[in-house]
Amino acid sequence: MDKIDVVIATDCGSTTTKAILIEKKEDGYHQTFRGEAPTTVEAPFEDVTRGVLNAIQEVEELSGRQILDGEHIITPAEGQRGVDIYISTSSAGGGLQMVVSGVVKSMTGDSAQRCALGAGAIVMDVLAANDGRRPHQKIERIRQLRPDMVLLAGGTDGGTVSHVVELAEYVGAADPKPRFGSGFKLPVIYGGNTEARAEVEAVLGEKTALTLTENIRPILERENLGPARQVIHDLFLEHVMAQAPGYRKLMDWTGAPIMPTPGAVGEIMQTIARQMGINVVGVDIGGATTDVFSVFSEVFNRTVSANLGMSYSISNVLAEAGLEQILRWVPFQIEEADLRDRIKNKMIRPTTIPQLLQELQVEQAIAREALRLAFVQHRELAVGLKGVQIERTLSDVFNQNDEVDSLVQMMDLDLLVGSGGVLSHAPRRAQSAAMLIDAFQPEGVTRLAVDSIFMMPHLGVLSTVNEEAATQVFERDCLIYLGTCVAPKGSGKAGETCLKYSVDLPAGRREGSLCVGQLHLLELDADEEGEIVLMPARDWDVGGGPGQEVRTVVRGGVVGLIIDGRGRPIQIAESEEERLAQMTAWHRTMNLYGGDR
Amino acid sequence: MAHAYTPGLRVTPHAVVRKDRKLPLQGQVVVAQGDAVRRDQVVARTDLPGDVVALNLVNRLGCAPAEVPRYMLHKEGDAVREGEPLAATQPFIKWFKTTVNSPATGVVESVSAVTGQVILRKEPRPVEVLAYVDGQVVELFEGEGVSVETRGAFIQGIFGVGGECWGPLHMAVGSPGELLTALGAECAGKIVVVGSLVTLDLIEIARKVGAIGLVGGGLRDQDLRALLGYDLGVAITGDEDIGLTVVVTEGFGEVAIAHKTFDILKACEGKETSISGATQIRAGVLRPEIIVPDPEGDQRRSEVDRREKHGMDIGDLLRVIRVPYFGRIGRVSALPAELQEVESGALVRVLEVEFESGEKAVVPRANVEMIEE
Repeated sequence: MDKIDVVIATDCGSTTTKAILIEKKEDGYHQTFRGEAPTTVEAPFEDVTRGVLNAIQEVEELSGRQILDGEHIITPAEGQRGVDIYISTSSAGGGLQMVVSGVVKSMTGDSAQRCALGAGAIVMDVLAANDGRRPHQKIERIRQLRPDMVLLAGGTDGGTVSHVVELAEYVGAADPKPRFGSGFKLPVIYGGNTEARAEVEAVLGEKTALTLTENIRPILERENLGPARQVIHDLFLEHVMAQAPGYRKLMDWTGAPIMPTPGAVGEIMQTIARQMGINVVGVDIGGATTDVFSVFSEVFNRTVSANLGMSYSISNVLAEAGLEQILRWVPFQIEEADLRDRIKNKMIRPTTIPQLLQELQVEQAIAREALRLAFVQHRELAVGLKGVQIERTLSDVFNQNDEVDSLVQMMDLDLLVGSGGVLSHAPRRAQSAAMLIDAFQPEGVTRLAVDSIFMMPHLGVLSTVNEEAATQVFERDCLIYLGTCVAPKGSGKAGETCLKYSVDLPAGRREGSLCVGQLHLLELDADEEGEIVLMPARDWDVGGGPGQEVRTVVRGGVVGLIIDGRGRPIQIAESEEERLAQMTAWHRTMNLYGGDR
Repeated sequence: MAHAYTPGLRVTPHAVVRKDRKLPLQGQVVVAQGDAVRRDQVVARTDLPGDVVALNLVNRLGCAPAEVPRYMLHKEGDAVREGEPLAATQPFIKWFKTTVNSPATGVVESVSAVTGQVILRKEPRPVEVLAYVDGQVVELFEGEGVSVETRGAFIQGIFGVGGECWGPLHMAVGSPGELLTALGAECAGKIVVVGSLVTLDLIEIARKVGAIGLVGGGLRDQDLRALLGYDLGVAITGDEDIGLTVVVTEGFGEVAIAHKTFDILKACEGKETSISGATQIRAGVLRPEIIVPDPEGDQRRSEVDRREKHGMDIGDLLRVIRVPYFGRIGRVSALPAELQEVESGALVRVLEVEFESGEKAVVPRANVEMIEE
């Protein structure tokens, strides 16, 4: 592409279509204006482009730039007229829903799941030869689910043929119909043992729209997810998007392929991690689902917890976490029956917002548990693999679900990014920082940020056409840095010293001694940084090993420098009286809710 | 965005209600356009594909997968009966012959030479769709079903459990805030309005006396959990097998039924009523409902659904749907354009409401729903 100075980008979500304008100024690319409008995939409109035009019109009104000529996007840009490219992501209509299969659940089954999740899909079920279900149960399950697509994997190259073909036969017997377009065949991707291709083709070639691709697990010790992910993206456009109302028109308008929203977020996170040479964890908590992304040592993983969210799925957070886990974060006493009714009322009226402070505190307590559970699921799946290739020892292979084996090691995490209503729109930024720290429990030195308007999907697609523009906007306009969390890992008795520190701040040197159970908050603005010397007590670790000194540079944010001596995992008092005192003290230090409320 | 407007649930004594009655798969529509139908009348039927039985013959016959097709006594597409020989080996000595009988009656769908797997499809299961409400067929969906239109009272609840049922409506309370603890034998076969709270005790009594449905203002979540036997995670209901149908009009906790709702129900006492507890909050919202057809009623006053047609104005009647004013009804007295800070610290769009008592309060616009008048 010749020049890209002006970009209009949209993300068509389930409820809202968000448009942003990116313009090249003297000092580089900036996100300048944004607009939004209700998504119009459902009746009565049934045409996604209506919402897109409405959102772009809002950008036109705010920016004074003419982007539309009737229903056409003007390209290229000339002065205050037109844009150089239009790009879009989409999660409307429930996103991309897939069923995956492998021969052994914890081996090729997990690889197939990681492959689909990384491509931006929601995995509805993982079928495997050893999943404990009887054949007719598997067939019934496939028939009920009506996925958009099936990824059939299993068997290393030269390995089992019969088990793989057996799974293909189940898919064939179920004869599932796709969600959209009842007259179309269901797209099935085969990425298993290459020697079983002919047999799989014989079973499914007629009944389904079958695509053959490279084996996602050619040998037991190596994954090869890239080619299958690419096929998923292609089929998403050809089969799923093209059937959704108005998408054919939208696909004609865009200058780059439309990506599934989570797939685009994954793109930008990988780009940032690579360019800055850091490890990143990102989370997007919505009303129905929570997505977690991570890039550690350049290995990208994504999971989606389909039933953990803050409105539609709020009741499921209670069901999965249990009442006690939620109540431990609530800074006042509340009757169980009352809390249960409040949660259910939010579920049945999902668009309401907390008017009272106590209501807000309850929602933020639930958010901590939703985030924690989603992260636990992520760590379990993000185990030793590489997007393209990884060599493992055989002993590792049989130890895949062990948390120790997780790629996501909190001590190595550099940046934790949160987005989604409860984090991005918390009345105080300190509340977002507290929720992130309590849920993810970062160790050592970790920078915290929120994506204020969820711009990452747009930047993800942009990174595929102009990486420079995407990273510049990401650094300048996308993130609001909250500050840095310094947390020694370990446990001890309340009141014992766990860390001594001295930090050179713009306001002068600060020295302190942190006791177990304490939080310290130091002022350090977003554009400021300070050199810090950390001296943990014996058995406590801030990244250099137990008792080892660490010197590093910490960067600030709208909240500041948070030094967290509450232990890992965070130690919460068992007696109710002590717990309430603890919560009050932590909230006061962080100035979470203001005053003594 | 143009309006911050939360459409309310429909609660009206005179509505034109259309219910689409569709089959899960293509089938046969058995009524004609213009037909008058009764609630328990079949309008469409089809056969669901039978369940699948997969059996691997490799071990049973003691042969290689590639040999299985040769040993089959029935080919793909053949019908077989339960107990009938399905496959048999062909040894030189008959004494060593192994036979596998069909475990089910159905059709041989596939025979695999790779896995040795035989898939049998059982006989199809018939499915019928009933009219659900007394009314008239106003639209045919070829091979899928019909749309049945009726006129009468229509009340959408906020949450329900249990499927569709019908029977006479019975008022067991005299006021919307009454808390009921017992039901009599007169409730048998009826849909009973029970006041501010549907308790677990009341549900158990209702089952004993044979009531088929309960309608109340609120329900406690701990009672719901005890009723279902699990914590309801996602609000998708309607298939529960709990012996009756429950429709809640206001929310969780003890909440009086809204006066307007109560008055409509009272006016319908004794009439044949259709209710459904099916609720789905996400992706295609579905709310539980109470429909009381009244073909003889005043048809000129029938209302069509006008909810999409206007925004929120001063004087509009509304209900607050979140604490601290949860369940209270009032009228919009001011609509300030600027964002305002509420007690939680959030900056939000608000409105001022004047309650029936004359008291005024400021609430987030997201926390109210409109009541149609």
